Amino acid sequence: MSRIGSAIFNRLVIIIPYAWLLFFFLIPFVIVLRISLSTTAVAMPPYTPVFDLAEGISGIIAGVKEFSFDNYIWLTEDALYAKAYMSSVIIAFISTILTLLIAYPIAYGMARAPSGIRPTLLMLVILPFWTSFLIRVYAWIAILKPEGLLNQFLMSIGVISEPLIILNTNWAIYIGIVYSYLPFMVLPLYSALEKMDHSLTEAALDLGCTPISAFWRVTFPLSIPGVVAGCLLVFIPAVGEFVIPDLLGGSETLMIGKTLWNEFNANRDWPVSAAVATILLLILVVPIMFFQHAQTKADGEGR
Amino acid sequence: MSRKIVSAFAALILAGSASIASAQERVVNVFNWSDYIDASILEDFTKETGIKVVYDVFDSNEILETKLLAGGSGYDVVVPTATFLQRQIAAGVFQKLDKTKLPNITNMWDEITNRIATYDPGNEYAVDYMWGTTGIGYNVEKVKAILGTDEKPTWDVLFNPDVAAKFKDCGIHILDSPTDVVPSVLLYLGLNPDSHAPEDLAKVEEALLKVRPFVRKFHSSEYINALANGDICLAIGYSGDVFQARDRAAEADAGVKVDFSIPPTGAQMWFDVMAIPADAPHPEEAHAFINYMMKPEVIAKASDYVFYANGNKASQQFISKDVIGDTAIYPPEDVMKKLFTTTPFDAKEQRVLTRMWTKVATGQ
Repeated sequence: MSRIGSAIFNRLVIIIPYAWLLFFFLIPFVIVLRISLSTTAVAMPPYTPVFDLAEGISGIIAGVKEFSFDNYIWLTEDALYAKAYMSSVIIAFISTILTLLIAYPIAYGMARAPSGIRPTLLMLVILPFWTSFLIRVYAWIAILKPEGLLNQFLMSIGVISEPLIILNTNWAIYIGIVYSYLPFMVLPLYSALEKMDHSLTEAALDLGCTPISAFWRVTFPLSIPGVVAGCLLVFIPAVGEFVIPDLLGGSETLMIGKTLWNEFNANRDWPVSAAVATILLLILVVPIMFFQHAQTKADGEGR
Repeated sequence: MSRKIVSAFAALILAGSASIASAQERVVNVFNWSDYIDASILEDFTKETGIKVVYDVFDSNEILETKLLAGGSGYDVVVPTATFLQRQIAAGVFQKLDKTKLPNITNMWDEITNRIATYDPGNEYAVDYMWGTTGIGYNVEKVKAILGTDEKPTWDVLFNPDVAAKFKDCGIHILDSPTDVVPSVLLYLGLNPDSHAPEDLAKVEEALLKVRPFVRKFHSSEYINALANGDICLAIGYSGDVFQARDRAAEADAGVKVDFSIPPTGAQMWFDVMAIPADAPHPEEAHAFINYMMKPEVIAKASDYVFYANGNKASQQFISKDVIGDTAIYPPEDVMKKLFTTTPFDAKEQRVLTRMWTKVATGQ
């Protein structure tokens, strides 16, 4: 390939992710933001103002003048929204910690396994994705319900005499989220642990570390990028999760996904639901930026 | 292997060219509830008229409404529930029906058409497809054991805290839809089931919070499986869903027997109606389809298949005994009189209603 050709190729390679962000993140976000500043109306689409592009710039300016922050003010007036955000973040946080605790040993075991069987182990982690997510969540209903497989098993071996009520509680949501998102945690952890030079741990052991302190002082710090990536991959979708709490959770579980659904479908209030979604995005973006910042700082110090 | 891939591609290309070639062909795009028609009806329609039916399904009014409000859905015939229809008409979603193209409209049943006029004044935009009631789905054996009687359950079992308490362990599901539950609670409290007044809604909230501890879940579809599997004893639900649960339980043959009760004090009636979106690409074919669906033999076949009552008087002689003779599907006249319809909530009232409902369902 000629030099000019490769220069163009390099440009293209950079443009593609930016174009992706522009078309599939930024533009949709601007649309949501714009709806969140509108007012509901009995019309198609059910809000005003609607920009008439035929009127050109003046039409857009006239529309922008009608924008208001009333929907955001509304969100602060009813404690429901704040409670829903809080409870979503707490549920997502607990689930993320549980997922990390379960995924770490799995990833560690995979990274230490003989290299010949690693592809098979990776395959096994990804395998559940071959079945529809919805069907897998439904299957948990059959496992967790009072007469379900889990209770039957526990009662038959005599651990419990009364069936445990797990389905329709927050425990069922934790189980559902941990199960569904486990691969998203295992894969980045595995890739971080697999790259790690094992001789570092050996050196630590030779220098008198116990295996446990060698893990905490060498292995774990080196796997931090994987931990951060895995936690974000689990935490972010878990905050906005709708299907798992809807099917496995109880009615009293308050999560922002359900609140959004109510605003959009029951109240038919697209502007308020757009405002709820915008705030949700902010809640998610702030921790990501925090992590990014911390990580670049750590990288800088490392050098 | 590679030969298979090649033939798969060839099939794809053929399918693509077929859809281009058929630009001349007459088509009607129908959007209906899932599992809601005997597929042979669509084949017969194509045979008779030469119009191809592209049939697509949805499972909630909200999904349909979102598509319609966003515009450009591409559908020619849609089947919303009448309570949703009214505000969709107000939003300008539908076009008026051209009755000159619907000669079969004379077959329709006044009783139903007049009630639909509450939502669609003058019946200008829609005709009935099916209708049903919101009543009580129940596990026959377990309810008999707990209540000690063969009588079909009344609203007492759900809304009287002393009675509902007995069903706590057995399990109660309530539809997660205030517009389908609140009218029945109002009726139980001796108030106007169509009341939108905040003070009446406060009384409903109080009544529901009293039975809240005995309710296992507020959900709009899970009760079908839960009833059929014997996981719950009682559910407030749509007639057709409960019949589905009844059939599934019978098929599974695991000793669960499900039935549906229209409480003697009355129950809410709902109507699924056919309408044509304002921006329908094939309005001519849409009228032909709706007209065909109003043929007595055709809609009778549909009712036989889905176990719902329809709004077509002339079709009743063609409906099988199992359906027309079932008082839970076609209630006798005295029960018909007790069935009520409700008017939709406007945006402000709906917000009060949804907020009250969130409080009942989540305790927040």
